[in-house]
Amino acid sequence: MARTITMREAINEALSQEMGRDERVIVMGEDNAGGAGSPGDADAWGGVLGVTKGLYHRYPGRVLDTPISESAFIGAAIGAATSGMRPVAELMFIDFMGVCFDQIFNQAAKFRYMFGGKAVTPATIRTMYGGGFRAAAQHSQSLYPIFTHIPGLKVVTPSTPYDAKGLLVTAIRDDDPVIFCEHKALYDITGDVPEDLYTIPLGEAEVVREGGDVTIVTLGRMVHTVLEAAEQLASAGVAADVIDLRTTSPLDEDTILESVEGTGRVVVVDEATPRCGIAADIASLVASKAFGSLQAPVELVTAPHTPVPFSDVLEDLYVPDAQRVVNAAKAVTSWSR
Amino acid sequence: MSATPERLLESYRIMRTIRDFEERVHKEFATGEIPGFVHLYAGEEASAAGVCANLDDRDAIASTHRGHGHCIAKGVDPVAMMAEIYGRATGACRGKGGSMHIADLDKGMLGANGIVGGGPPLVCGRALGSKLQGTGGVAVAFFGDGASNQGTTLESMNLATVWELPAIFVAENNGYAEATSSTWSVACDDIADRAGGFGMPGVVVDGFDYFAVHEAAGEAVARARDGGGPTLIEVKFTRYFGHFEGDQQTYRGGEVNEARENLDCLKRFRERVTSAGELRGEQLDAVDREVADLVERAVQEAKAAPTPTADDLLTDVYVSY
Repeated sequence: MARTITMREAINEALSQEMGRDERVIVMGEDNAGGAGSPGDADAWGGVLGVTKGLYHRYPGRVLDTPISESAFIGAAIGAATSGMRPVAELMFIDFMGVCFDQIFNQAAKFRYMFGGKAVTPATIRTMYGGGFRAAAQHSQSLYPIFTHIPGLKVVTPSTPYDAKGLLVTAIRDDDPVIFCEHKALYDITGDVPEDLYTIPLGEAEVVREGGDVTIVTLGRMVHTVLEAAEQLASAGVAADVIDLRTTSPLDEDTILESVEGTGRVVVVDEATPRCGIAADIASLVASKAFGSLQAPVELVTAPHTPVPFSDVLEDLYVPDAQRVVNAAKAVTSWSR
Repeated sequence: MSATPERLLESYRIMRTIRDFEERVHKEFATGEIPGFVHLYAGEEASAAGVCANLDDRDAIASTHRGHGHCIAKGVDPVAMMAEIYGRATGACRGKGGSMHIADLDKGMLGANGIVGGGPPLVCGRALGSKLQGTGGVAVAFFGDGASNQGTTLESMNLATVWELPAIFVAENNGYAEATSSTWSVACDDIADRAGGFGMPGVVVDGFDYFAVHEAAGEAVARARDGGGPTLIEVKFTRYFGHFEGDQQTYRGGEVNEARENLDCLKRFRERVTSAGELRGEQLDAVDREVADLVERAVQEAKAAPTPTADDLLTDVYVSY
């Protein structure tokens, strides 16, 4: 039965139900149990934003606090994954990938290929990304394109509570290393989520709105921004197909290309910076595989090529908003040779 | 703890296999037939053999650039290793890993590692898995004096104590990280001194002495299996070849000749077991002949083996994608 719950609750429920179903699933990260060795309550925190709260008492010994040693515990999750466990490690902020990236991209991502197909590394790394919290340059980035660049990793960017639960269950059960990217501004959004366990395949985008005049490809928190823009566009007589990628690796090329063949006009909206990113990747895909369908240049709506600023005035300019999406969609739909 | 003659003979076989394997790779590399970078373990055999003689199928190890010796000591097939070093389809990693990435997960060998300090975090994970699964297994991180200065290694020693893991950290101090002396790059007298900072015992061992390594590792493994947590063992010796093959070693003094002449682990092992009457010289000679045949066969089979095909380029990136 579906209830309306937050994305935070949906992720917690996915972790809890998978831990209940499969004793190989363990959870580790800074404050994930919350307050280990401290004089206050056990399970005081459950992760810095409370996503893992309550798991510690439900699954004794299987929710591990860690020192602030990302290389050691992300690597430990990867090592444990090679020994038959299914660890879910929390890299608190995606910005902290810089202190543990070797274990992810040189170790986990390469084991299967480098060892001749004999390694299985079912580790899930949950991590929080994105702007909007006035958290400035080292706690606000959208760095999933860097993970997407690496062969051997899968990358998930859910936009709703329903997708977060179904995709996380799939990630935990997946035999490859998965980077599960949670936008910090989405934890409190609500949506209908079945209580029962279910899975959503990796590599299947969802057409969240059908229009036919323009294809807007997006992901994560930007799905909500784009849907807001699509409403405004509809009022202005422009009907948009809105595609939520859900995963950037694997990438569902077919769903994108099918829509573009119908519309001939494309906007890609991403909160990440523009160089070598998802937006550029989608533009490249469309240019190389749907060139014949295109009736206008592809418009990219992304963050600027700058660090994330602190000032609320500047950060609001940094993160793409609905107006920029509307402008881009109008530009491509009105474009003619 | 006194070892059985069978165990001693097996350890000798492992050390002799490593020595002959590496001497032969050194010779074959010079012909230009072996691609890439190769880092040889000759001179250090007592460490891999002495530590791994305490391990069984429950246990796992992680290795370094200089990983051939660890592979052989943990039971990886030398014939498949040689084929891998030649980049052949029959190699331990089907020609997709090479010398720096030989692994055999079925044998608990988590891989040689091209990243200095790459192994210790992984070992924490294996040790955690053993602890949670209750297998009684331990995990051993071999790393060099260079990696003893890497944050991953230091973080992992801290984590191993905090999580009370059945992990053993073996610092193989061969005197040089590439061309830089460990007497310069390591800020304390001994790497083992760092153990106290991570709440674990630390010992320094003569790395040319199989029996000393075996005993120190035996104590560490027993403690780890009993839930007593991790140990840091610093094994001191010198490598007989350069950092990699082709290294002119202009940074070194005359320690290799001195070690080969007076400290060599194989010579000392033979002297000790024959004088104590634990093994006879003929038994060791027989092993020498068998190992020579094995290494010769490994090289001939590797040279004759097929290379990977174009199809292999794209396979095994993911389990499913």
